[in-house]
Amino acid sequence: MVKKLKDHLARIYIGIIALILYAPIVVLIVLSFNDSRSRVTWGGFTFDWYVKLFSNRQIKEALVTTLLLALGSALIAVLVGVPGAVGIHAMKQKNYKLFMVLTNIPMLNADIVTGIALMLWFVHFIPLGFGSILLAHITFNIPYVILSVMPRLQQMNVSIYEATRDLGAGPVYSFFKIILPQLSGGIISGFFMAFTMSMDDFVITYFTKGAGVNTLSTMIYGEIRKGIKPEMYALSTLIFLIVLIILTVVNKVSGQRQKAKYHVDY
Amino acid sequence: MSKPRELNKRTLVASPYAVWVLAFTVLPLIVILQYAMTDAAGHLTFRHLFEVFSPIHVKAALFSLEIAAGCTVFCILLAYPMVIAMRHLGMKQRGFSLFIIILPMWMNFILRILAWQMILSNNGILNFLLGKIGIGPLQIANTPAAIMIGVVYDYLPYMILPIYTAIMEINEDLIEAAKDLGAGSFTVFRRVIFPLSIPGLLSGIVMVFVPSMTSFVVSDILGGGKLQLIGNVIEQEFTTGNDWHAGSGLSVSLMVFVLIGMAFTSVSKTEGKESVIW
Repeated sequence: MVKKLKDHLARIYIGIIALILYAPIVVLIVLSFNDSRSRVTWGGFTFDWYVKLFSNRQIKEALVTTLLLALGSALIAVLVGVPGAVGIHAMKQKNYKLFMVLTNIPMLNADIVTGIALMLWFVHFIPLGFGSILLAHITFNIPYVILSVMPRLQQMNVSIYEATRDLGAGPVYSFFKIILPQLSGGIISGFFMAFTMSMDDFVITYFTKGAGVNTLSTMIYGEIRKGIKPEMYALSTLIFLIVLIILTVVNKVSGQRQKAKYHVDY
Repeated sequence: MSKPRELNKRTLVASPYAVWVLAFTVLPLIVILQYAMTDAAGHLTFRHLFEVFSPIHVKAALFSLEIAAGCTVFCILLAYPMVIAMRHLGMKQRGFSLFIIILPMWMNFILRILAWQMILSNNGILNFLLGKIGIGPLQIANTPAAIMIGVVYDYLPYMILPIYTAIMEINEDLIEAAKDLGAGSFTVFRRVIFPLSIPGLLSGIVMVFVPSMTSFVVSDILGGGKLQLIGNVIEQEFTTGNDWHAGSGLSVSLMVFVLIGMAFTSVSKTEGKESVIW
């Protein structure tokens, strides 16, 4: 009886939080079907904004920029960050600590400070544009990669690596055959975290972008005063739906994998 | 004999990262410090470092601290019941509730804040609903309350996730043992769950406090441009005010919180911050 009551309370509470989290999303989805440019009046149902979305060059450009940045910065962050983590892991206490502190700086620093510091530095040697945003995104993405790879390194079984070396494998061969597979989970989660952070970033992009280049976030910010183009609501709804589908599938698959694991365990 | 040398060689693979950190983390900080400590003519001055305390900025600074402290407290108060409710439900639903929290983060946050503006405004959705049951209209838009709702909304997931990770790691046996020994639900929370969740709580605080203090988009949209956080002041120094030196000085003073954050994370071990998202 008490257990049932507690179950209900738990569900109700999660429901209330979910309501708060999703209220604005529902508003945006509704607006994407609103046949009126005004944000406050309902002008009837329409698919117009979805149709117009595909012929809007500005939005397409911003979307491509955003995706290229996210993909490029996450990839390079992995390429620099994974060896970085492996190297830091092998360091002696003092250097290890120093590097972990340095790695934490972009995560702990306020975005606005990171963005301004990078911008002040960039103006000394490169024009602000796609290149400078990419450098900035890689910079704040590397820590996410390192911090998701580090725990795997700490849990890693070194004996296997040493055994392969004893049996005559070279360090590079052993790295790809033994270390990399053990790190793969951390690398993948680091990559996706980096991708997400880059997609989501506004502040650092805003300060390092210069004129002429826009990501979706900076484009939306620029439109706040004159009014958001309804195509933007349509695009967000589409992105939201795509992610919803992907996450549902991932959730299902990993749920089944977990179930399978339990069967093995017991 | 060969092992320590090889270990040393292994550190070399970190050299690209070392160069990167030097070029894009350390040098930018030196440059911003240089701007903060000089004036437009290039003379050394400490004036900008104390810009926060000047009468025109102190109001924004205090308001930012208020918002950040309030946001952190509200997030903690909302996050704990959420995580406990999630733990209370079965394994399958647990994955589902996590999914519920992460999904909204994929809709552009500026758009979500704009949606809150539509919900909270005087002729907005909330007041329309309240009107139906005979309350209101409430004046929420363009008040500190609106900014508070915005930042709590924006940063709540960042408080829930680390606390979730910490609490889900607690061994069920510990809780069973406490119950067997006669502890009630509240005692179990106070003596077992809460103490074990502190590392998660600390990284949650780190992830919520500074960002909510320095955000300028939320205050821009929900504060109606009149209520300024320190982030708005800095942003304006760089975009409209064009006093890069004063803006840098204000930014540098914000870095005090980075140092505090580091003290926090050295307690909570950031390595545990590995995402629960993926």
